Amino acid sequence: MTTEQRTIRVLIAKPGLDGHDRGAKVVARALRDAGMEVIYTGIRQTPEMIAEAALQEDVQVVGLSILSGAHLELFPRVIAELKQRGVDDVLLFCGGIIPEADVPAIQAMGFAGVFGPGTDTGVIIEFVREHAKERA
Amino acid sequence: MSLSTPDWLEGPYRTAVERSRERQPRFESSSGAEIGAIYGPEALADWSYHEKLGYPGEYPFTRGVQSTMYRGRLWTMRQYAGFGDADESNRRYKFLLEQGQTGLSVAFDLPTQIGYDSDDPRAEGEVGKVGVAIASLADMEVLTAGLPLEKVTTSMTINATGSILLAMYVAAAKKQGADLAKVGGTIQHDVLKEYIARGTYIFPPRPSLRLITDVFAWCRDELPEWNTISISGYHMREAGCTAAQELAFTFANAIEYCDAALATGLKFDDIAGRLSFFWACHSNFLEEVAKFRASRRMWAKIAKERYGATSARSQMLRFHTQTGGATLTAQQPLNNLLRTGFQAMSAVLGGTQSLHTNSYDEALALPTEAAVELALRTQQIIGYETGVADVIDPLAGSYYIEALTDRVEDEANQYLARIEDMGGGLACIEQGYQQREIQESAFRLQRMAETRERIVVGVNQFQTGSVVVPEMLRVEAAVARNQVERLQALRASRDGAAVDAALARIRAAARGTDNMVPLLIEAVEAYATIGEICNVLRDEWGEYQEVLTI
Repeated sequence: MTTEQRTIRVLIAKPGLDGHDRGAKVVARALRDAGMEVIYTGIRQTPEMIAEAALQEDVQVVGLSILSGAHLELFPRVIAELKQRGVDDVLLFCGGIIPEADVPAIQAMGFAGVFGPGTDTGVIIEFVREHAKERA
Repeated sequence: MSLSTPDWLEGPYRTAVERSRERQPRFESSSGAEIGAIYGPEALADWSYHEKLGYPGEYPFTRGVQSTMYRGRLWTMRQYAGFGDADESNRRYKFLLEQGQTGLSVAFDLPTQIGYDSDDPRAEGEVGKVGVAIASLADMEVLTAGLPLEKVTTSMTINATGSILLAMYVAAAKKQGADLAKVGGTIQHDVLKEYIARGTYIFPPRPSLRLITDVFAWCRDELPEWNTISISGYHMREAGCTAAQELAFTFANAIEYCDAALATGLKFDDIAGRLSFFWACHSNFLEEVAKFRASRRMWAKIAKERYGATSARSQMLRFHTQTGGATLTAQQPLNNLLRTGFQAMSAVLGGTQSLHTNSYDEALALPTEAAVELALRTQQIIGYETGVADVIDPLAGSYYIEALTDRVEDEANQYLARIEDMGGGLACIEQGYQQREIQESAFRLQRMAETRERIVVGVNQFQTGSVVVPEMLRVEAAVARNQVERLQALRASRDGAAVDAALARIRAAARGTDNMVPLLIEAVEAYATIGEICNVLRDEWGEYQEVLTI
């Protein structure tokens, strides 16, 4: 390898009002243990706050966790806020209680990965490594 | 042949293990403590029946809080429900009561829980989603229409805005002509655990504790049948902690509430009888039974030794149980029926006062009516068919159960002592201690599942390729639109001057020390909205900032 590989920087964020942060924290910890730099926002983040954090922290990856069922309303707003700040090349993935029927719509928004309950963190680590490379 | 248990373990048992290895090198409790192969009389060598157990209805209440327990009356079958708008939820409650449910349990949407009106920009996408939207007394009137509030007891899962929802419920009951001396129910109102795990806090700890003690004092005088708080381990357990941590962290919070009440001049015996608790029931069947039994004994001792409680009522720990939401799997969802059934059985063997059984489809979405009905039938089958409710505390005296009850209590007491050393429950929350402990346990559980040290049927073992997607309940977007329209119509039609005056009185009280509850009732009766009231309080008290621990 000739060029030094940049450490992958990931923002894990919780949009909306739900406080169920177990999954977000487990994923944040697993990605960090896998050698990535992880910024966790905490709960109750507005789309504006998440996009601003993604910009300021200069991340390549944004993972959203939501369990309240507000994903179809909030995810497009996060994406719009990111675009507005010129952040249009980040890898997006999400997790939480997201019904199977909503997955195509979420993929169409630009989320490359949708991870439901019971996902092995190894799968998420692999996914991020694989896809973040293309954007490094 | 009369070998002692240790001799048998060293002799015949060891030989057998050497001949053929056991399934796993070590067997563990939820907190990683080793579980022996067998427990015998030696496990209870210094054990005294009267000191450790006593009789049901008597100190230390290990065997239960009533003398007759389920022989007198079964536990309250109380399914947590609520979604969409008030009218839709009201229909679900009536359905559940018709099916033989014996108490109501209201789930509120997140804007209601965090004090935003349904048309607040922060509420977008959340209205009616995880519970019912209640923005004003008008919504509460619809929610309770046709429900006899003197007869059914209603439990409301509401914390930061608990005093406001209580005010609305009381106002609705008064409008029905109900006698407040007969109106019973519960508000969760346990804000400390919201800082630790559930996340629906608004205000900083001091004003939050003040609202809680105001409710204690007001209910003692005006609403004597009301459980003023439901001090909850459930959400911390769901966030990943162990059984012993669940008890310790909850009692640390309980001690903060009691100390805060005493500091305002209330007496322990004035408030203790209306404290209630809320435990989770996860899948380790025997450990959970032991946990419930240990919890009663621990609280009885805290009440008696720490607070000098004299009456039995002040010493007894009454609790609600919910089966473990985090144990449900999205894979092979019908398996959840069985998980929930076993968990419910251990809650009953542990002597719960009320019980919610989860629906099998909840790892996927809000439960459908058919799934909720099955969950309720699970409880009815345990209560009416299995015979376990015919005798009190049937597992008592089992060597293992008693040894485990003692061990859970010891472990929890060690945690509690550590918390006291660090300055108490609230100081520890501010340092992120419980949050970190929970995070560690959650991560450990996740790793154990990934390495298959912990088998989750259908997830990391016995998977099947085909995924059956059950029918799902969706909250239609029209629900939010209608809710917002109703709210805006209400704002246009009410007496604005009366609302302003009531809000001004709340602002003044927030700066002083008067009991807030009568003022909240007055404000909701003028149809002030939850967002308007909370905005005044946010303005006066500020907002809590999460302690980030990762």
